Amino acid sequence: MATVQKKESWNSRLGVILAVAGSAVGLGNFLRFPGQAAKFGGEEGGGAFMIAYFISLVLIGIPICWAEWAMGRFGGSKGYNSSPGILNLLIKHPAGKYIGVLGVIIPVIIYMYYVYIEAWCLGYAVNFLTGGLNLGNDVGAYGDFWGGFIGAGENGSAIGFGVKQVGVYLILVFVLNFFLIYRGLSQGIEWFCRYAMPTLVFLAIIVLVRVLTLGAPIADKPDQNVINGLGYMWNPGNLVENLMNPQLWLAAAGQIFFSLSVGFGVIITYASYLTKEDDVVLSGLTATSANEFCEVALGGMITIPAAFVFLGSAGVIGMGTFDLGFKVLPLVFSEMPAAGQFFGFVFFFLLFLAAVTSSLSMLQPGIAFLEEGLGINRKQSVSLLGMVTALGCLFVVYFSKDVKALDTMDFWVGTFLIFVLATIQIVIFGWVVGIDRGWQLAHQGAEMHIPNFFKVVIKFICPLFLIIIFICWVATNVFGYNFSTGEFKLSGYVLDLVGSEEQPANNVARASMALILIVAAFIAALIAQAGKRWAKLEKAKGGAS
Amino acid sequence: MNAGGWVIMLVSVGGVTVLFFTCLYKVLAGGGKKAEHMHGLDIDTHDVEKD
Repeated sequence: MATVQKKESWNSRLGVILAVAGSAVGLGNFLRFPGQAAKFGGEEGGGAFMIAYFISLVLIGIPICWAEWAMGRFGGSKGYNSSPGILNLLIKHPAGKYIGVLGVIIPVIIYMYYVYIEAWCLGYAVNFLTGGLNLGNDVGAYGDFWGGFIGAGENGSAIGFGVKQVGVYLILVFVLNFFLIYRGLSQGIEWFCRYAMPTLVFLAIIVLVRVLTLGAPIADKPDQNVINGLGYMWNPGNLVENLMNPQLWLAAAGQIFFSLSVGFGVIITYASYLTKEDDVVLSGLTATSANEFCEVALGGMITIPAAFVFLGSAGVIGMGTFDLGFKVLPLVFSEMPAAGQFFGFVFFFLLFLAAVTSSLSMLQPGIAFLEEGLGINRKQSVSLLGMVTALGCLFVVYFSKDVKALDTMDFWVGTFLIFVLATIQIVIFGWVVGIDRGWQLAHQGAEMHIPNFFKVVIKFICPLFLIIIFICWVATNVFGYNFSTGEFKLSGYVLDLVGSEEQPANNVARASMALILIVAAFIAALIAQAGKRWAKLEKAKGGAS
Repeated sequence: MNAGGWVIMLVSVGGVTVLFFTCLYKVLAGGGKKAEHMHGLDIDTHDVEKD
């Protein structure tokens, strides 16, 4: 008995737009973005960051997005849904398919730790509901709660199943993700995003209205009011001086990258399930604008003003994403007058929904590759991917001390490799496919015309901008180059791997890197196998035609 | 918040909001075609077996 598979596809255009937007909208919109804007603005305000951010959106975010949509749909029309398959088709060189390894390992590895963070969001929502996060006005108490909840103090301590431990939530979110992915593209991912996306926007608007009506909640600190909180986020400061800071451009471009999910290998796979008559230009822009709406109009108006009115600038300066999200904001909601506990629940539940729509998208590229590369059915591919990601997730959760495993994987895969893949994709679109053919591919079935100046942007400006940003990123974040002093000092991520006289290598960081390499080698071996299968199929197609 | 802050905030928030709702409107009404049902009932995400 032979097994054949019907080709999957999206059920509606709105569904695919919501799925792509859901992939992009995640914790980064509500925590990372405002944190970055505040970091580069300081007391003067983050307005300059916003200028660099929008320029980056136009020069790299939107062009890469269109390129991914167009290449994905083209690959799908030829029967390929995964990055290795599509790049094999586009590059027409045996090595081409191996570049696609990035389009599989990036989402798979990110899923391994992202689902852990997703479980934090669900756990925090539940703890707000049950009153477990009413810890007073000492931010240290919230830090202790977070440390205990995720097992930051000791390896292995995260694996517990109480209400104030991450274990039970992790199992729930893991099962939810695989249940939805097993149901398939339209009945799982699309179905969930159709409800989750409008819900999370609605919940965000509820929280936004509450934050904007807070006034000055601490009676003896009238300066800590919402208007000044907004100023902290949006004031331009010294525009010229701030815009001359390369770190600001690096952060703005990086934020666009991570926010839009470009370079993840997700959009190319999602778009491959469209037909060649389907529009990609307007759909791509709509999904991008949905993400920007959530990030700028909602995330940018909630997080920093809320933190500012309760803690002042001290509560915002130097706060990383996790500090802001899981230490500062819980305190803010606990202290919020009138139903703060409820608003805390709403906020973390919306983060949870945003995280699920993103994590689902991280599984589909792996599923697509296993199905088309190995010719296995959905049940088998879901089982295989489930086993691999469960082992990886267990690794991340076990080595929870100082979130070292998560942090290492996020740096090398969730940041470094994303830059690499996005750069490769835009170069392939602009130079390998060729801008004229790429332009033609993008405009098949298009309901709007891309302005002609984007031809120059896609072919020259975007790759150049990306390469410059990437070189600067490697110089500062890997080799520790300081733009102010001109000195180099290897970053902690590199020292964790190679060690130094002052700092011995970190075994968890090394094991995390080993895990990344093992997964990459495993996927590469499967790609080699898939390549033989694709060659046979192409030969058969050639013979038939 | 100073005047520059107000301008940047209103332009940023207003810009992305207008862009989002314009695109959404075009998808749902303006573009029209296949906004809701793209491939209809011929979709089956599950595998089928055949002799």
